[in-house]
Amino acid sequence: MRDSPEKDEFFHSVYVDKSRCNGCSHCLKFCPTEAIRIRSGKAHITDKFCIDCGECVRKCVRRAKRCSFDTLDILKKYEYAVAIPSHALYAQFNNLNDINIVATALLRLGFDNVSDIGIPKHFVDKAAAAYIAAHPEGRPYINSYCFTITRLIRVRFPNLVDHLLPIRQPMEVAAEIALDKAMRTTGLPREKIGIIHISPCPSTIAYAQSPLGVRRSEIDGNIAISYLYPKMLPIMNEIGSNPMRVFDLDRTKIGWIDSGGSNYNEVSDNRLTAEGLENVLKILEDLENDKYQDYDFIDLHACPGSCLGGALTVENPYVARERLRRLNKSIGSRISEADLGEVPEMYWNQKVEFNDVYRLGKTMKEGISLLSSVEMLKKRFPGFNCGSCGAPTCRALAEDIVRGNASVNDCIYIYRDTIHELADEIDRLSSEVKQLRSSNPDIGCLDALQKQIDQLWVEMLSLDVEFSRKSDLNEIKDIYQKD
Amino acid sequence: MSNDDSGRIQFKYKVLADDYNAVGSASSDAKNKLRAIGVPPDILRKVSICMYEGEINMVIHAKGGEITVNINPSCVEMILKDVGPGIKDVDKAMQAGYSTATDDVRNLGFGAGMGLPNMLKNSDSMHIDTEIGVGTTITMTVNL
Repeated sequence: MRDSPEKDEFFHSVYVDKSRCNGCSHCLKFCPTEAIRIRSGKAHITDKFCIDCGECVRKCVRRAKRCSFDTLDILKKYEYAVAIPSHALYAQFNNLNDINIVATALLRLGFDNVSDIGIPKHFVDKAAAAYIAAHPEGRPYINSYCFTITRLIRVRFPNLVDHLLPIRQPMEVAAEIALDKAMRTTGLPREKIGIIHISPCPSTIAYAQSPLGVRRSEIDGNIAISYLYPKMLPIMNEIGSNPMRVFDLDRTKIGWIDSGGSNYNEVSDNRLTAEGLENVLKILEDLENDKYQDYDFIDLHACPGSCLGGALTVENPYVARERLRRLNKSIGSRISEADLGEVPEMYWNQKVEFNDVYRLGKTMKEGISLLSSVEMLKKRFPGFNCGSCGAPTCRALAEDIVRGNASVNDCIYIYRDTIHELADEIDRLSSEVKQLRSSNPDIGCLDALQKQIDQLWVEMLSLDVEFSRKSDLNEIKDIYQKD
Repeated sequence: MSNDDSGRIQFKYKVLADDYNAVGSASSDAKNKLRAIGVPPDILRKVSICMYEGEINMVIHAKGGEITVNINPSCVEMILKDVGPGIKDVDKAMQAGYSTATDDVRNLGFGAGMGLPNMLKNSDSMHIDTEIGVGTTITMTVNL
């Protein structure tokens, strides 16, 4: 629960470290929502388009794309802090055979308790299965626990918003269970208790600050796995094989974040699973065309390897997947429904509405006029999608211009043509001055003017790509010196 | 692409024969443009389905062709024109489940026989003009 009175609707974890960015434009092409532009030599993320997928974070060669997250300093804010680790955390460590070692290490780092996410995930899956059974007319349903997918649908797929399962994410449910338990056992007021998620990706961090589906998240902070990992290693080595018994190992289930294993999905057997945004986008497009109507459940994950492949993890997602599989074998998931306790609030309390961020114009008539301008502008550009203008594609530049955020001369090819034209103008000017000189030989200043114009003309020519290949300016002058 | 100030615009697409990788690209592009203009989601869905099904038919049966989309203040009009073999029996073709798709095509997952019925269901008007050995033109409108 954050203090901010106005929720920032498009809060993002991903940001640009301008001191490291040199505007190389490498990231432009990898953003699935074309949210990045280069302006004044630095990358800039358009808030409305960004879905915190972390793709640019992975791709930036200069490590200039970062994620903001909380550090262990956040523990100082709370009298009682509970850690809720994503199961991805367990999969980061080699030779881990007891998740209590991880939990004990977290306690040593300053947390007062560690709460498990496996049981909440079990509740979520059961609620999802029940919802689908009770509302078959709305099939196929799309999972809503990858926040990046939810945001993507919300801005690009108006006809799929109602297909999202209106069920809270496992980490939100885990947060509420943990909060409830903490308040009961400590008697402390809400603001003295900190519920801290240990996160594999920027998407969960964005969720906690500006959630969809719930008015407010009970997650107070998000610490990145990649930040915590090096701090935990030496402590875990020290703990060795004598951890505290934090988790009752018979009563948890892990590995749910791996979408690959059918064991781990209790929602429906009649499902389609996909990972990676390029694949997800194809499926979403097809869904909008009424394909896949026979499925109950479409399980979509923005990252290859699902949450194990999040941008804030350390280990290779496929290695991590194997580790979770083995870990799960040594955990006896003998959970009876009676052991689970009271089922918390599972459903959304806020509808997710389509947010038309890509719209041109306020009315259809205006939209048509603007779209027409976009198409006409696009024809002027060479269609190389080179990124030199700072936009990922020529069409994106055309849209930026129509939206008032760029100009035609941002395109270097048009810019070069403009220089050609200027050079021609100067050539004409030069001829006129020559004529004036020959009819007025006594006016001395005309000589000086002529010289200046000729010099300017040669310099403009040297900006032209073909001529700049000639390294010697004198060579250019020789060819073009007229009288 | 052409328009005048009265709120009309036209786009044209070429559909290539046997291009199963790109199938759906024309209807996807049209949908993006319509969404950018502000066409409401329910109408967007109908147009998208009509175009998508028509586009697939052009690839599977008709060796490609050309799609013209006309937007005017009252409706979205789609004209799908090919120079394929023509439709032998239009009434049969309109039946749900009936398909003349080859086995190769069915192995790719197409040819369920629902294309024309879906187009009829999602459009406000549909007209089929076909001649054996010459080609087929299907004109559909969805009201705004």
